[in-house]
Amino acid sequence: MSSTVETASDIRPFHVDIPNEALDDLRRRIAATNWPEKETVGDQSQGLPLAMIQKLARYWMTDYDWRICEANLNALPQFVTEIDGLNFHFIHARSQHEDALPLVVNHGWPGSIIEQLKIIDPLVNPTAYGAGASDAFHVVVPSMPGYGFSGKPTSTGWGPERMGQAWAELMKRLGYSRYVAQGGDWGAFVVDQMGLQAPPGLLAVHTNMPATVPPDVDKASLAGEPPPSGLTAEERRAYDQLIRTYTQVEYARMMAARPQTLYGIADSPVGLAAWLLDHNDADGQPAAAVVAALDRTTSDTGELTRDEILDNITLYWLTNTGISASRLYWEYKGGFFNAKGVSIPVAVSIFPGEQYQAPRSWAEQAYPNLIYFNKVDKGGHFAAWEQPQLFSEELRSAFRSLR
Amino acid sequence: MATIENATEIRPFHIDVPEEELAGLRGRIAATRWPEGETVPDASQGVQLATMQELVRYWATEYDFRRLEARLNALPQFMTEIDGLEIHFIHVRSRHETALPLIMTHGWPGSVIEMLNVVGPLTDPTAHGGNAEDAFHVVVPSMPGYGFSGKPTATGWDPVHIAEAWIALMRRLGYTQFVAQGGDWGAQITDVMGAKAPPELLGIHSNMPGTVPLDVAKVLASNVLGAGDPPPSGLSAEEQRAYDRLSFLYTKGIGYALEMGLRPQTLYGLADSPVALAAWMLDHDAYSYEDIARAFAGDPIDNLTRDEILDNITLTWLTNTGVSSGRLYWENNLGFFDVKGVTVPAAVSVFPRELYQAPRSWTEQAYPNLIYFNEVDKGNHFAAWQEPELFTTEVRAAFRSLRTNGDR
Repeated sequence: MSSTVETASDIRPFHVDIPNEALDDLRRRIAATNWPEKETVGDQSQGLPLAMIQKLARYWMTDYDWRICEANLNALPQFVTEIDGLNFHFIHARSQHEDALPLVVNHGWPGSIIEQLKIIDPLVNPTAYGAGASDAFHVVVPSMPGYGFSGKPTSTGWGPERMGQAWAELMKRLGYSRYVAQGGDWGAFVVDQMGLQAPPGLLAVHTNMPATVPPDVDKASLAGEPPPSGLTAEERRAYDQLIRTYTQVEYARMMAARPQTLYGIADSPVGLAAWLLDHNDADGQPAAAVVAALDRTTSDTGELTRDEILDNITLYWLTNTGISASRLYWEYKGGFFNAKGVSIPVAVSIFPGEQYQAPRSWAEQAYPNLIYFNKVDKGGHFAAWEQPQLFSEELRSAFRSLR
Repeated sequence: MATIENATEIRPFHIDVPEEELAGLRGRIAATRWPEGETVPDASQGVQLATMQELVRYWATEYDFRRLEARLNALPQFMTEIDGLEIHFIHVRSRHETALPLIMTHGWPGSVIEMLNVVGPLTDPTAHGGNAEDAFHVVVPSMPGYGFSGKPTATGWDPVHIAEAWIALMRRLGYTQFVAQGGDWGAQITDVMGAKAPPELLGIHSNMPGTVPLDVAKVLASNVLGAGDPPPSGLSAEEQRAYDRLSFLYTKGIGYALEMGLRPQTLYGLADSPVALAAWMLDHDAYSYEDIARAFAGDPIDNLTRDEILDNITLTWLTNTGVSSGRLYWENNLGFFDVKGVTVPAAVSVFPRELYQAPRSWTEQAYPNLIYFNEVDKGNHFAAWQEPELFTTEVRAAFRSLRTNGDR
């Protein structure tokens, strides 16, 4: 390592400044796209429909403006620091309320810090959003290794376990001796690992994709076998959702087995966009919430828009992180939704569009120290991105008892 | 639309790719944007960056598509419409009138290119160390959505439909007695033909036989996500070895097949990026990838050379069939290695680097009329392509007992 012991733990300010040539090259590549023929079905059952991606590509090439996203990012305090040999990028927004609760929020795949941008201000400045000063958070949003502006690992080992340790180190380095952690998708795996590691200072975690599935149900659902007997109606519904989910994760299995083979997500903008867009939610593959967002140009209530979808995809393109992000699937060898044995305080929010709706009965078994459990009425797999107001309210309620 | 008369016409076909398309391909290759290298020193994360970069260097600077074009155009190629779809095929009649008509079906990620090296030895055995009585009339069609065949615009072109089309094709060519051969998808299609058992079909030969017994197939399927049932008990050592190979394949080795099976349309990169297509097509299975990587490291194994590999990839690029060929996985409802119910005489050759080595015990159960079974000492999944001489010897031996003396 070139950095000395002193500079390695430095926290340095970071600004995004993408050269014009990179944006021109992106537009040129989109314009030169060689398309396949249309799907042979009238629905989304063969993958992302041609008309959907062509419509998005036209907008991406002509009217989409990355500089707006760049300005939004640069309006936030961003930093990089080296942890465990890798450079980490993170947003760090401190509340004006000095007794605010420090919170580290972990994004997922196919996401990035872009997923969290709309919840930062409501969490940091609650009084501007109808909440009390006592609900304030200091918010830390890191980019995972191989994602966005964080470094790309050059050797193996950066799974959720090591990331959990890195986030604990980051919070310590920021001077936070008491903090909470939050995550969905891969972020949920990471906060579960943090819960298992229980580093000093971690008071509790909140997850919007809880891992609650009991061992017998986990085994049966993975094997595609009939459910164990004695499930309640709610548990049976969750079991059916797991079965459905496992028929929609072939992208994950490809990345877990052969991430390096996906050269097209480095070389082709539409190749990358389609790959990132074809993640499922409870209501469809591609995710119904994302499909709806592709037709939403603006939203007064902070719902997901087309520009935000493209902000995320463009960030992946400009940082050439399609493959490095995929490698996280290869790194992880554990289970999907099985209970991991977290014993510290845990808060859970259930969004109706998530992969499966964790029943309270399973959540209570999986997280014996369950401090909060709430089912909300809208939002899905990309909860913070889809419903930032509701998501912020959930975090306030989830952690209130710990203040 | 073709009229009833001309729909069954068989029209000569020549390849003539415009220079602009080749220049366009070279331009895209030169503009490739690479990812970083894998974080492991081996192939466990997929197709290695160094292999891809050497492939691209050779593809952009030394590879000559016109050589392949001339090679294809030197063979009698035809088009005919079957069930509303244009089917491209090579049809080489032997000069020996007693030759046995043979239809050979390629697989994925293959094409008619896989079979080019066996067409000569099979049709003209006396020029290739064989006897006149080993001659075949050879028909090599391109599957729907592959190479120069049409791309289906509606669903339904699954292996069963293709098998029916091949039977129609052989009838249209006037063959009243014929045999069929295949590996990979070609093996599935050939098995389905053998199960349909039209009166003209004398027998089949497979180099990727479907032999896995139901109970074993059930365990393998339950273990796709790694949490299913334990291996069946009572397997012989040879059966256990086959089970272990298949178990690896099902849990780790077929990510590409699952993706194409469920979301073929999402693979836009295959149409837009030559390196995406090349890498996707290189990563079929561990053994064949190892052999192909050696070819690009300057050490090819037998006939699987870098030119042969790039012929197949370039053909797929120029016909823009990356996505349409992947759709066959979406169409398919058969278990890859399941027993298909073949009743006609069946011959099986087992290659040591195939996805799994079918045990004789399973093969005898799967093909009750097994006329030939042989384990050979070299060759991977692409048996005809990599080992044309050995493959030819196998096909001759496989069908020898079915030959009669009459004209066909």
